[in-house]
Amino acid sequence: MSRIHVRTTINGDAVEYLCEAGQSLLDVLRDDLGLTGTKEGCGTGDCGACSVLLDGRLVCSCLVLAAEADQRSVETVEGLADGDRLHPLQQKFLDHAALQCGICTPGFLVAARALLEKNPTPSETDVRYWLAGNLCRCTGYDKIVAAVMDAAAQMRKG
Amino acid sequence: MALDDRKRAFKVVGTRVPRPDGIDKVTGRALYGADMSAPGMLHGAILRSPHAHARIRAIDTSRAEALPGVKAVVTSADFCRAKHSFNQDALDHCMAREKALYDGHAVAAVAATSKSAARAALELIAVEYEVLPHVTEIEDALKPDAPVVQEDRRARNAPEGTHPNVTHVVSFGHGDLEAGFARADRVIERSFRTAATHQGYIEPHACLASVTPDGRGELWCCTQGHYYVRELCADFLGMDTSQLRVTASEIGGGFGGKTTVTIEPVALALSRKAGRPVKLVMSRDEVFRASGPTVSSWSDIKIGMTRDGRITAAQAMLRYQGGAFPCGTVELGAMSAFAAYDLEAVRADGINVMTNRPRQAAYRAPGAPMAIYAVESTVDELCQELGLDPLEVRLKNAARKGTKSAYGPTFDDIGLVATLEAAKAHPHYAAPLCPNQGRGLSCGFWFNFGGNTCVTLNLDADGTVGVTEGNPDIGGSRASISMMAAEELGIPYDKVRTIVADTASLGFNDVTDGSRVTFAVGLATIEAARDMIRKMCARVAKIWDIDEEAVIWEDGCARPAGPNAGDFEPMSIAEIAAIANKTGGPIAGHHEVNADGAGVSFGVHLVDVEVDPETGHTKILRYTVFQDAGKAVHPDYVEGQMQGGAVQGIGWALNEEYIYGEDGRLQNPGFLDYRIPVASDLPKIDTVILEIPNPGHPYGVRGVGETSIVPPLAALSNAVARAIGARLHELPMSPPRILQALKG
Ligand code: FES
Ligand code: FES
Repeated sequence: MSRIHVRTTINGDAVEYLCEAGQSLLDVLRDDLGLTGTKEGCGTGDCGACSVLLDGRLVCSCLVLAAEADQRSVETVEGLADGDRLHPLQQKFLDHAALQCGICTPGFLVAARALLEKNPTPSETDVRYWLAGNLCRCTGYDKIVAAVMDAAAQMRKG
Repeated sequence: MALDDRKRAFKVVGTRVPRPDGIDKVTGRALYGADMSAPGMLHGAILRSPHAHARIRAIDTSRAEALPGVKAVVTSADFCRAKHSFNQDALDHCMAREKALYDGHAVAAVAATSKSAARAALELIAVEYEVLPHVTEIEDALKPDAPVVQEDRRARNAPEGTHPNVTHVVSFGHGDLEAGFARADRVIERSFRTAATHQGYIEPHACLASVTPDGRGELWCCTQGHYYVRELCADFLGMDTSQLRVTASEIGGGFGGKTTVTIEPVALALSRKAGRPVKLVMSRDEVFRASGPTVSSWSDIKIGMTRDGRITAAQAMLRYQGGAFPCGTVELGAMSAFAAYDLEAVRADGINVMTNRPRQAAYRAPGAPMAIYAVESTVDELCQELGLDPLEVRLKNAARKGTKSAYGPTFDDIGLVATLEAAKAHPHYAAPLCPNQGRGLSCGFWFNFGGNTCVTLNLDADGTVGVTEGNPDIGGSRASISMMAAEELGIPYDKVRTIVADTASLGFNDVTDGSRVTFAVGLATIEAARDMIRKMCARVAKIWDIDEEAVIWEDGCARPAGPNAGDFEPMSIAEIAAIANKTGGPIAGHHEVNADGAGVSFGVHLVDVEVDPETGHTKILRYTVFQDAGKAVHPDYVEGQMQGGAVQGIGWALNEEYIYGEDGRLQNPGFLDYRIPVASDLPKIDTVILEIPNPGHPYGVRGVGETSIVPPLAALSNAVARAIGARLHELPMSPPRILQALKG
């Protein structure tokens, strides 16, 4: 099977890979590039664990073909922190105990980042609806919502 | 092990410290089941039966084996017979033998150089099935002409003429039921049904197996109990237990569903045959069709009550189906059904029935939610009929210290009354309600468990401490364990690091289940710390040349006491550690125990709902969880357990169900059609932690992980009944069912 050559940018770094025509971006990130921070909970676009930003837009990487990332930019949970400085969302997730098992956390962080970039002053209802595409089975969402609200407040202060 | 001192002032326990695995989990560094790879690794895939019930006449794997890239194909012929029938059931669930027993039952597996090659190979395996009649519902499985799911599995104690699908018959209770019902002013009998649900952990089962030709194996997997996985897999592969090392990955949720094996033996068999490491990861469709789920239930409840709200007698008949294998969960249902009540006359009977569904796995307080849903709904209906306050009635009949429980034991200090009082005093109970709104309440209970536990503490040369324990951490237990070690040693929390050992590095530990870890591993950690303190005091006594008894441990230092008090400067843990090599070598503390005294846990949930009469949709307005934690070691994670369990219960009550078609196939094996609650479905879940110390733990800790899933089912049902003026006796209360009830 001939493979497709893709040139892309991942978390700010230029990356090249070869992929099969039917391979998802999620599979390439995880299996070929070793970026296992992005998780697979369903593979069908229903859980949000695989959330990444594609040219700044929130997508389920399980529903994106790896070949579609050509000449575009991908951001994953691994790109959230700035070196050893955590992103405010990451810090607030820790402060609010917004994770139990943590498998959903990368997806929530990426989705919440997309929200706060669009809307720096979300209401609690905005947060709950924006994150409705991300499933968490452990927390009941309470502490996640609190963490996102708190991170938004901190980011507004700058 | 007894409670130390009721009035003890804690320094570390009860604070909200950062968890040690936190940064790895928010940066994507934490490694879960599917995140590990190995050089030369192959990808596995499993072929599953499309039939609910079929005899496997032949399997031809030759075309799959011939496909380029395919390195191994296995079937049930590649496993040994298990040593016990219970283990054999676990193996048969992983790989069908003579019959495929449910839609999604594994029949063969392949390992290939790529995922796509493995998937292509599955299509080349030819299975010759003889399709048999199937049965998926309890009522149908009990009919005289129902297909027999597995021969020779009928309960030994079943009365003559019982259907061969009945695998368990249990009974608990005491007192004279007839006399009790005669004393009641009102007796009602109701039947209830609950659907099977799935644990719904977001991480599918995943593992990486490597077996070498000398018979040694390594297994990396997401599991709640890697020692149990080792025991089962070694048995199925004919390996010595010691030659298989199992490492638990970070685990992406389990809730009971990862307490047994699903794909791990298959990955090991593939690796052995291929001579290379094999990674096997389930798809979500496979998770729904072939792991978990809970039992479904059909129960009859009869309760008698006096006009002033005293329960005079209570009786339950529970019928559970736990899939295609014998399943003992109904016993836990029958034991827990009436646990919240102090009853003179009570009886709970139960049976388990086999059906052509996947083998049930534990789900948070397994067996209790469905039984307590039925009981708490019936009590609520009696309260409505007799015009009584449901909270007062619970208080009047509440189990307390000295109550002989319906399942036998007499309760010690328990927190039910305190929990009910807290609910009564909470503003939620008095909040005003509008039309189409209703308030529901339910008690919940779980036994909790202790079990086999082994912990080692190592003192490092700089005076910091490593804790080695053997229970996968699902929701922050490494933090709690470090906290208890720090508390006992009198050192700061950040001077302790807790890790979860692999099976070769520490003695046996039971599975992370039964809400046992904070209780039992905590208890063993405290004892191991005391062991280490004794050793440190002995070293210091030698240095000071005084009796060992004359050295005490206080605030992280050894101090001279008694007649020697004040004679020497206290020695800190760091000073003791620095010269350990001169006083006898390394210092470690160790404890092993089969822990008893877990201490039961009660909870009460209050919920307000609004039902839309047009659509039948139920909106949750307010939700408050009250629960006895004994002692909350890390309150954030106690609240998290209370909230998470409540929301799983909400899903069970309102949305979630396994739906089987006429063809016996699961109709909704995906998160789109099996809808678990999302953030926008819910309001804030409020929590109130009660602390009634458990007499069986030095700090008073009780397990908190399971009780919280029990009350939501009846609390929601009672709230809906009061909101719409009609009662549903079946879960989930989906909009069509509510509309039906509204029509009357
Ligand atoms: S894995 Fe992509 S949405 Fe679930
Ligand atoms: S923390 Fe476990 S799924 Fe969200």
